[in-house]
Order: sequence, then structure tokens, then C-alpha cells
Amino acid sequence: MSRAMPQPSRNHAEAMLAILVALLWISPLVFALWAAFHNASDAASFDLGAPWTLANFRTAWAGAPWLTYLLNSFLLVSLVLAGQLVLTTLAGFAFAQVAFRGKDTVFLLVLLQLFILPEVLIVENYRVAARLGLLDTLLGIGAPYMASAFGIFLMRQTFRSVPKELDEAARVEGCSLLGVLWRVYVPAARPTYLAYALVSISTHWNNFLWPLIVTNTEGTRPLTVGLSIFAAPENGVDIAVISAATVMTAAPLVVLFLVFQRQFVQAFLRAGIK
Amino acid sequence: MRIAIPAAAMLAATAALAGPAAAETELTMYYPIAVGGPLTRVVDAMVADFEAANPEISVNAIYAGNYDDTRIKALAALESGEPAQLSVMFSIDAYDLIEQDLIVPFDAVIEGEAEAEWLAGFYPALMANGQVEGQVWGVPFQRSTIVAYYNKDMFRAAGLDPEAPPTTWDELVEMGEKLTTDEHYGIMIPSTGYPYWMFQALAIQNGRELMSDDGLTTRFDDPAVIEALDFWRALSTVYGVMPEGTVEWGTLRQAFLEGETAMMWHSTGNLTAVRNSAGFDFGVAMLPGNVRLGSPTGGGNFYIFKEATEAERRAALAFIMFMTAPEQAARWSIATGYMGVSPAAYETEALTAYTAEFPPALVARDQLEHAVAEFSTFETARVREGLNNAIQAALTGSKTPAEALAEAQAAAERLLAAYR
Amino acid sequence: MADAFTLQRRRRAIHGWLLLAPSLVMLTAFAFYPSAATLWASLFSRGTRRRPAEFIGLENYGRLFDDPTFWLVATNNLLYAGVTIPLSIALALVMALWADARIPARSFVRTAYFTPTVLPMIAAANLWLFFYTPGFGVLDRIGGLFGAASVNWLGQPETALWAVSAVTVWKEAGFFMIFYLAALQTIPPDLREAAAIEGAGRWTYTRRVVLPLLMPTTLFILVNAMINSVKLIDHLFILTRGGPSDASKLILYYVWENAFAFFDRPAAAAMTVLVLAGLGTLAALQFLVIDRRTHYR
Repeated sequence: MSRAMPQPSRNHAEAMLAILVALLWISPLVFALWAAFHNASDAASFDLGAPWTLANFRTAWAGAPWLTYLLNSFLLVSLVLAGQLVLTTLAGFAFAQVAFRGKDTVFLLVLLQLFILPEVLIVENYRVAARLGLLDTLLGIGAPYMASAFGIFLMRQTFRSVPKELDEAARVEGCSLLGVLWRVYVPAARPTYLAYALVSISTHWNNFLWPLIVTNTEGTRPLTVGLSIFAAPENGVDIAVISAATVMTAAPLVVLFLVFQRQFVQAFLRAGIK
Repeated sequence: MRIAIPAAAMLAATAALAGPAAAETELTMYYPIAVGGPLTRVVDAMVADFEAANPEISVNAIYAGNYDDTRIKALAALESGEPAQLSVMFSIDAYDLIEQDLIVPFDAVIEGEAEAEWLAGFYPALMANGQVEGQVWGVPFQRSTIVAYYNKDMFRAAGLDPEAPPTTWDELVEMGEKLTTDEHYGIMIPSTGYPYWMFQALAIQNGRELMSDDGLTTRFDDPAVIEALDFWRALSTVYGVMPEGTVEWGTLRQAFLEGETAMMWHSTGNLTAVRNSAGFDFGVAMLPGNVRLGSPTGGGNFYIFKEATEAERRAALAFIMFMTAPEQAARWSIATGYMGVSPAAYETEALTAYTAEFPPALVARDQLEHAVAEFSTFETARVREGLNNAIQAALTGSKTPAEALAEAQAAAERLLAAYR
Repeated sequence: MADAFTLQRRRRAIHGWLLLAPSLVMLTAFAFYPSAATLWASLFSRGTRRRPAEFIGLENYGRLFDDPTFWLVATNNLLYAGVTIPLSIALALVMALWADARIPARSFVRTAYFTPTVLPMIAAANLWLFFYTPGFGVLDRIGGLFGAASVNWLGQPETALWAVSAVTVWKEAGFFMIFYLAALQTIPPDLREAAAIEGAGRWTYTRRVVLPLLMPTTLFILVNAMINSVKLIDHLFILTRGGPSDASKLILYYVWENAFAFFDRPAAAAMTVLVLAGLGTLAALQFLVIDRRTHYR
């Protein structure tokens, strides 16, 4: 493993602190993991000597179609990301490297949308989705996020910093406009893509409010909505079963990160993100 | 674009291909329970039974989690012309739903003697919230009252008679003090989630109802009402039998099961859950009284949306009549702890047998005699929010009960003036 | 020649618009049009059975300005942003420096910091609810070991907002750390050696060399943190529902309440318009700063 910047930690106190914070940060998950294997009463009373049980997992597993939810979340995240990458690349490129009248005005309009999120415009967005027949579809959950102003802005900034000479060289070789975009700009923007993809994946993996509104059936509900409806605390929370459900749904990703974290960080490194 | 095809539509298509006797009327119902929980299966089974008996009607139940989520989804659907013919929503949403012109009165849907009789067959206390301006807008289904759950083991340990829970405020304090130890409190009354509900119980017990029957006047600053809030606060500050600050609604059941408190006030809707997981001998009692006994009702009613066509309204009515029929009501009550909604339900074999074996299930019904409508006015959510804030401000000590309630009253006056 | 030039310009314009078209269509459907519709809706009174909706101009806004709750939630949101943004960014940086340093159990430390990212807020909130519960909550139990008194974190106006903010910081810091961690890996090691030769201490090196190099990453994170400070309210639904006494209520939650609990869409629309105006200004300002100050890479 190549580490560009080894910083020998000079004092042990700091390392201890780092580990302490790490313990603090992981404690909810550890608690959930522990609670998931105990009955609700022992979990709540924090009885460390309590007997272990798998009953919560059985209850949680039978309680909802978790595999469907996981698959929905996975499809949703992929769909949104794919849409975002294509749309923001095209628009960012237009704003960065194509000169035409009205560009600045449009860009300003796009920028104003930087903070406009479907959550804020929920009522009207719901109507639009209904009119387009997108209610209760994955596309309906994802569509409002696809033309992301943040992404367009990011791509524009990245593309603007690509040296003009590369662009011109490609054009001299007879590349079309899209060809230039694909051969020169897209490869140069890899680190931005990675960073943006991470934000997008994390956002949509965690997104809750908008999917809650637009989905009605198990066939489209992502994990967050499924978890929330599973755990709806109308009359009381059963912490052990909720923990089991949480652990079950979070485990795949945590394990993936644990296994691939080196590759993960190095992907950034290779891409040279700044 | 395959992703864009709603799974429901695909299912419907397959169903249509499979069965030549396709349903003529399709109903979409929004229902406030957690998907996949044991309750979903109960409702699913009831819906299936209904569809089997009425092949010309199909019911698509959308389980939306809690009451708030359900209202959000139903409203959003109505706003954008999506199908929604009926829903179970808070019984106290009636005024707002009427004011927004979203629902139709049942009186306009029923036909003939038998249906009128059905409508008259519910417990009057449960009908109160749905009756506005002389018409019935909501039919009770998932209904509850507040009852006192108590830990008999703790009663014994404190030298109290486990079969004689407190029946008056004085006894509540007296026993509460004996039941409060270093390990646990004497009583917990939840003050998040639905603080107004608990407070309403206290106010009724002190001889005052918080609102007038027409939903136009509130009485938050009435001396007896202020006294009720003083008492609630005193439970922690003066008598020390309840923790200070607010008591969380969602975790209270667990706290009771953990032995954090000897008594708790909570919805009857929790009865089955408490029964299933209590590791000690517990009892259920009516709430104690001061001037009188009393509890508000709570929970959800069936509503029929105005948007439904004539045929859909009739179909919805048929469905609601099926769901609230004695046999189904009994089945629902046994599965959940919610009340059987009509006297007839308690006469069914199933519920008679169940209550004989598990008498606490009768407490809620017996308390109905003393029950009043749950707090509800025009602008109900805003007025209620003001009251909730006042209660929490008083319980957390940031305002005195008199101050807080006077402010809530002034705010309610402003909001309701427009409706008088 | 002039014709060829015009032709080329026209072709470029067509290309430009074609490239923009997909984004513009989506933005129009899900941002411009809904914004305009919201603005329009905010100018009407709430339609009721007795009084149908009618055009009332800016009255909804006037009512909003008279609503003390609106000012309270606005203040709450500013406090929330003021605390969670700097705190989560600073923590993210410190975490990244640690996760990049040669410390024992580094792989565990990294994974631990990262876990909140994969726990959906809605699920995490249920766990935190049990952490915060007085009496048998985990925090109280741990506090009890040290003899601390039981604290009703979510049930007191003085602590509720901070308890909610703590969950947000917990959720975000680990996520932002990843970006810092990646950026740190790209700083050439010779810079540190050079700094060491010149006798610069670790702190000086971090402050003078590392921080400036991390500036673009910080801006990237800042924009995300600001967006989240408005939209990340999932945990409120479970932890406090904005209480007690509105002490932890944030703007977007209040918008939701107005639209879906109070049945008051015009009020919700007016508030949305104000939020949009505020955020739009913020975005424009930020753009000016970023565009001028940094070459984003």
C-alpha cells in the first residue's frame, strides 16, 4: 500500500484520542449490533450479561421485504447517479467551453437552483410527478434530482480548468464536439466525478422525505422508507427489532467499506482529487 | 424505462389477465399502520375476506406508517388527482377535512334502514369526534382511550394492594410516593407526541373539557384547567413521583417494561404489546379522577373522500361496514388492544372468550362510559400545537402553567375568531 | 468570411443549447416550474368550504412575519447551521489527519468514522432516541457510572436543539472526512520534508501548508454542509418532532407542518418562497466568492 504522506504520530495521547473518537463514532452501530442479539428488555436495560438470541432477526426479517428494499435503493442510487453524470456533464461542458449568447443568464438561473431541493418544493413536485405518471416509480423518486445545479456547477468549474491546448489538439485531429468532451474533458474530470458520485450515492442512499411521499408500494420503496415504516413509533419503539433491521440493512455496506477501504481511498489517490 | 412501470400497475395487469371476473370498482385506501408488522397481516386478511365476499370491489390498501405519514400521503394524492376514496385518519382531523372540503358525510352515502341502523350502532363516545354540524363524517375503527398500566409486583413491594390501583388524584399521589424508590418512579405520563391528549384527561378529571362541542371555543385559561396543569407539574416538582422535563411517548412502553416506573398512562393500543412482553405481573385500570372520572377517546376513524364517485362511495361504505361489523371489530380488537367499536362487538363469541381470559381488555370499554371526545377544533393542528407547546413549556419549567395556558388561549382565540 | 463566422457562431449556439437541453428540461420540470407555482400559490388565501381561495397579494407574507414561531424556527435553523457546519467540517479535518497519520488500528479508525454515512438518518435516529432516553438510555447509564445526574436531553428546551445538532454532526463529520482524507493523500511528501528542514513544527506545517492546499476541498464540503443544514431534518421526525415548545423545530420541518398538518398550503408556500429567496442569495454570494477566489479543481 502506498501512502503518500506518512505522519508519524508523535504522541500516544493523540492516537488514544483518535481511537476514542472512533469508538464514540461507531458506538451507535455497536450498540445496535449488540441490541440486535438480545431481547428488547435486556437491550434497553443494557444488561451486558444477558443471553444472546436470534429472535429479533427472525422478527425483523419476516417483517418486511428487505431484499426488495435493498434492491430498490441500489437501483435508485444507480439510476440517479447515471442520470446526474450524463446531464451535468453535458450542461457543465456547455457552460464551460461552448460560447453562445444567453449562456450567462441561463447559468445564473441554474445557480439560483443550487439550494432548491425537491424537499423544499415537495407539494408542487408531487403534482409534476403525478402529471408525468411517475408516482410510485423509481424514476419518480430520482427524476427531480437528476439535473443537479451543484453538479453542473462542479463540472463547469472542472472543465474550465482543462488546458485549452488539449482541446485544440483533439479538434485538429478531427474530433467532434462530443468526441472532444469524451476524449479530453471526461478523463480529466475523473476526480470530480468520484467526489460527486460519493456525495450523490450517500445522499440518495440516505434520502427519506421525498421517497416517502412518492412511493406507495413495496416494489418501489427504498430502504429508508421501508425502515421508517417498519419502525413507525406510533405506540412505542421496539429497540431490539429495530436494531436488528438496522444492522441487517447497514451490514453489507460496512463490510464492503471495511474490505475495500484501501482500494477506495486509493481510487481517490489515483484520480488525484484535490 | 421498465423501472417506470409501477409495480402496482403490473400486479393489477396480471390480476386482470388471471381472473376473468375483474373487479368493477377499485378502491384505494390509505391506512396508518406499519407495513409488514403483524397488524398488516390482520388488515390484509380482513381486506381479502371482504374481497372474497364482494368480488365486484377490489381494495388497494396503502400502509403508510403512522398517522402523520398517512395524512401527508392521502393529502398529496388528493391534491394531484391520484385515486384515494377512503382512509383511516385521526378522528380529530374531522374539522379540517370538512373545512378543506375533502370528505363527505356518511349520512349522504347511506341508504335504507339497515345502513342507518349500522351507523347508529357504535358507542356514542366514539362517535363524538366524527359528528360535526349534525352529520356523521367519520366512523370509528382504530380507537383507543388512555388507561393506566401498573406494575403489580411493585405495588406488592410497596405494601400496596395490587388489585386496588389509585382511583383519585389524592390516591395517585399517595401511592405514587410509596412507589417511588431510587430505582424507579411512581408514575410517568408521556408529554411528547400527544401531550394535549394526556392533558385533556387531567382536565376532564378536574371537571372541565378543553373545548366546546362546536369546535369554536377553547377553555385553556379556565382555573380548573390551569389547576390540572399545576397538578401534572407538581407530580414531579412537588411530589417527586414523576421525572422532571418531558417524558418521551415512543420509549415509555419500554420504560414501563423495564421497571423504570410503577405506573404509566398510555393508549389502549399498547395493550397487546405490553401483554406480550411484560416480565412481571401487570394490571390495567381506568384513569383516576378528581372531580370526576374521565379520559378522552383517541385513534382513527374511517373517512370517505369527496372525490370518490357515487359508485365508489357506495363501495367504500360497503367496505367500511364490513370492517366495523361486530366479527371484524372483535378480531381487530383482539389483535391490537384497540377497542371494539360497538356494543355488539363485545357480544361476539370471540371477544367474550378473550375478555373472559384477559379481563384488562374490558377496562377501555368500561371507561367509555366516562369518556369524552378527543380535543379537536377548527384549525385543530395549530390550536393543538399551541396547547402542546404550553404544556411542554410548563412541564419543563420555562413558563408557569397559568402563563403558558393564557398564551395558548390567546393564540387559539386569534385562530378561531375567523370561524365564528 | 463573415458568413462563415456567423455560421460557426450559430452552430456553436445550437450545440450549446442542445447540450443544455436535457438539464434545462429537468430543471424546468422539477425546479423552475414548481418554484413559480409555489410563488403563485403563496399569493392566494387558503380555500375553505366557506371562503374559496382568493388573490390576497402579500398578505400571507405579512402573517408569516407576525408569526413568532416563524422567527423562532428561523433562529433555530441559523443556530443549527452555525453549530453543525463549522463543527462537522472541523471534526472531519481532524479525523482525516488522524486517519492519515500512522496510528495503531488505523483501518478500524477509518471505518468507525465512516459508519454514520451508511446508516440512514432515519434508522440512526431510532438508535439515538435510545441513547438520549432518560433513565435507561445509554448516555444516562454511562453518565450514571460517573455519578452524573440523569439528563433529559430531548425533553428540555435548553438541550433539545443541541442534542439534535449532535446527531447531525455525528452523521456528517465522518462523511466529510473522506474528502479530506483523499485530498491529504495527494499532498506531496517532499513538502513536509522541506518544511521540516526549515524547522517548521507540525502545527505550523499543518496551518501554513496543509490547510491552504485543502481549501478547494473545504469549499466543496461547505456547500454540501450548507445544503444539509436546510434539508437534513429526517431525525426530527423521530427524535423531537420539533419540541419541546418548538425548541428544536427547523424551517423545513415547519414548512412540512404547515402544508401537511395545518392544511395551510399558502402559508407553506410563502415560507418556501422566503427560504428559496434566502438560499438563492446565499448561492449567488457563494458563487461570486468561489469563482473569484479559487480555481476549482
